[in-house]
Amino acid sequence: MCLALPALVVDASDPERAIVDLGGVRKQVSMALLDGVRAGDYVIIHVGFALQRLDVAEAERTLALFAELGAAALAATP
Amino acid sequence: MKYIDEFRDGDLARGLAAAIRAGTEATREYRFMEFCGGHTHAISRYGIIDLLPESVRLIHGPGCPVCVLPIGRIDQAVRLAVERGVILATYGDTLRVPASHLLSLLRAKALGADVRMVYSTTDALCVARTHPDREVVFLAIGFETTTPPTAAAVLKARDEGLGNFSILCDHVLTPAAMHAILAAPDGVALDGFVGPAHVSTVIGSAPYETFADVYGKPVVIAGFEPLDVMRAIHMLILQVNAGRAAVENEFTRAVTREGNRKAQALMAQVFELRDDFEWRGLGTIPHSALRLRAEFCDFDAELRFDVRYQPVPDNKACACGEILRGIKRPQDCRIFGTACTPENPIGSCMVSSEGACAAHYTYGRFREAAA
Amino acid sequence: MSAPYVRPLDLKRGRVDLSHGSGGRAMAQLIEELFARELANPYLAQGDDGARLTAPAGRLVMATDAHVVSPLFFPGGDIGSLAVHGTINDVAVMGADPLYLAASFILEEGFALSELARIVASMAAASREASVPVVAGDTKVVERGKGDGVFIATTCVGVLRPGVDCSGANARPGDAVLLSGAIGTHGMAIMSVREHLSFDAPIVSDTAALHRLVAALLTAVPDVHVMRDATRGGVATTLNEIAHQSGVGIRLREEAIAVPPAVEAACELLGLDPLYVANEGKLVIICPPASAQAALTALHSHPLGRDATLIGQVEADVRASVQMQTRLGGRRMVDWLSGEQLPRIC
Repeated sequence: MCLALPALVVDASDPERAIVDLGGVRKQVSMALLDGVRAGDYVIIHVGFALQRLDVAEAERTLALFAELGAAALAATP
Repeated sequence: MKYIDEFRDGDLARGLAAAIRAGTEATREYRFMEFCGGHTHAISRYGIIDLLPESVRLIHGPGCPVCVLPIGRIDQAVRLAVERGVILATYGDTLRVPASHLLSLLRAKALGADVRMVYSTTDALCVARTHPDREVVFLAIGFETTTPPTAAAVLKARDEGLGNFSILCDHVLTPAAMHAILAAPDGVALDGFVGPAHVSTVIGSAPYETFADVYGKPVVIAGFEPLDVMRAIHMLILQVNAGRAAVENEFTRAVTREGNRKAQALMAQVFELRDDFEWRGLGTIPHSALRLRAEFCDFDAELRFDVRYQPVPDNKACACGEILRGIKRPQDCRIFGTACTPENPIGSCMVSSEGACAAHYTYGRFREAAA
Repeated sequence: MSAPYVRPLDLKRGRVDLSHGSGGRAMAQLIEELFARELANPYLAQGDDGARLTAPAGRLVMATDAHVVSPLFFPGGDIGSLAVHGTINDVAVMGADPLYLAASFILEEGFALSELARIVASMAAASREASVPVVAGDTKVVERGKGDGVFIATTCVGVLRPGVDCSGANARPGDAVLLSGAIGTHGMAIMSVREHLSFDAPIVSDTAALHRLVAALLTAVPDVHVMRDATRGGVATTLNEIAHQSGVGIRLREEAIAVPPAVEAACELLGLDPLYVANEGKLVIICPPASAQAALTALHSHPLGRDATLIGQVEADVRASVQMQTRLGGRRMVDWLSGEQLPRIC
């Protein structure tokens, strides 16, 4: 089965189906499982459905944490 | 690809590998079970094992929904396609699972059965609309990630009055399988779980709290990407060192404690618990799987076509059961790589790219050669 | 000299029917007014069953390919251009200069002549551009439902460049492994049509005749050990074939293998691994390590090799395995493809 992926909603004019963009590829996915999705949101898509929103602030925080943990560990390495 | 590539970054991986190394205590071993086909795949495909210290061992659990499907469930689908002439719509991974009488859905297709691969239940509904004169059955497999899409499809079919669409419901539940692993008397010793990624976006982190409480095992929910898996392992190591057993969430960008309430409501509206369900390798587990509620019985292919489940024992040489429970590794199976290969899979662990055996064979079997 | 036809072929609205394959007047007209006219060369103009060719000095190389791609038309090409490029490339990677092509068409009853005309025009353009004429051909028609529009089989004959010995059995430990450019565009161009994906910038098939790129390479580096075009099954399959044939292992670095962003994204969406996606204009090259830099320079000097990179090296390995260091620094196998990832891809 295709893995689940985060994608950018580019067209949410149809409440049932949105157009998402992943790396320049556009696809139509069902919005049956999520309410109030708007263009500009990021959603996790899987088997043709948007499953959940992606919190971009959390994504950035997570990446920053990875960098911090890594830097600290590498600095401490003899 | 935004929010994907960043989580596959080599420099960040090296940093996390150093953090993991620094976190491990010299005198102990760490055994973590990952429980998500996507994690099995990511670990193998990126060679994450090479980035971990030897004291950290990753065990593949029953996270591949195709792998836990007993032969008899595929037989039901094959029977419908071959004997009843339905259009059998299915996700790609189930096509090659070996069933009884040397058949698989793919072989049935080669013999003339109308078996069609779809990427989505939406596609399956499309097939039903395009062929109003034919019965269309969707083979509905998967954990809680694929269950809401099936629920949405059944509701849509009902609303449209699509009279030729039905499903073979083989949806199973993640927490039930985790209980089975932990409660098994001959189970493998585990220090913690890497919690599934996308199942958790739907069910939330709350359902895992019982494992931490009851069994005293930490659970860290991890995102799909390799850096997520590494950070989750790091978080587990820290918990184990501190003697803690809590549910923690690494995948904060997509998982909340409550999960997706709307998806959960749709599942509850359409499905109810089966009393029990046979899982490949884990035996029969109560309240571990779903069936359609009575009001949706028209969409239940098992009832509509009267195809009953008939249990079929696994091939005697197949160690899928023990592999799914983490007791054996793929390379411990007598027929791994010899009689059982991706070209000629004997058991389901070898068929799906998320299966432990297929993942090891495809990405990692060179490791024994080196050892 | 042409037989009198009551009226010209209706290339706009006409359809192939069984008489076009019967050997009679209808077939003669199809050949004359469509095939010979488009493919225009003195050999076809003779109108004989075969072409008389002057045997070149040196050793002959011959290759043949059938083309069953579906859909027939895709971004960047069609079954016609594919049929020309694919077989020319098979000859070129042997270290030979392609000289002549032959083409057989199996047409389905009911196939639109307008589509056939487009395909033949495309073949003719590809043939002219490559300077390799189609000197002989054949046409058969099968009943409706027994074909899928059109299948094309092509054969190419060429002459081996002196002093060149390219074979899949020649890879040696220590050799450099090169790739002529970014991968996955052909297969994903096909998939994008089949799966109705749309793109900001459409993925375009890389189908191309590679013989001039090969000539540039061999002029600079005559001791290339292996060349192969990475078609069905992608780079991964090609490398496994070579490893197996030569009895060696191959070690790759993921970071050195270029995948266009749109291909990567489309592969993610469809659950495909770009290493296994078909290409129709990419070369895998294995050469002695001392020649690697000269090889890259030669490739970079040609438009079809501008993005060539060094992707790995050959090692001794009794298991003839292909392994890759992932972008994360871990290792994975790059195994043979199991099953059919993408049917009817070329």
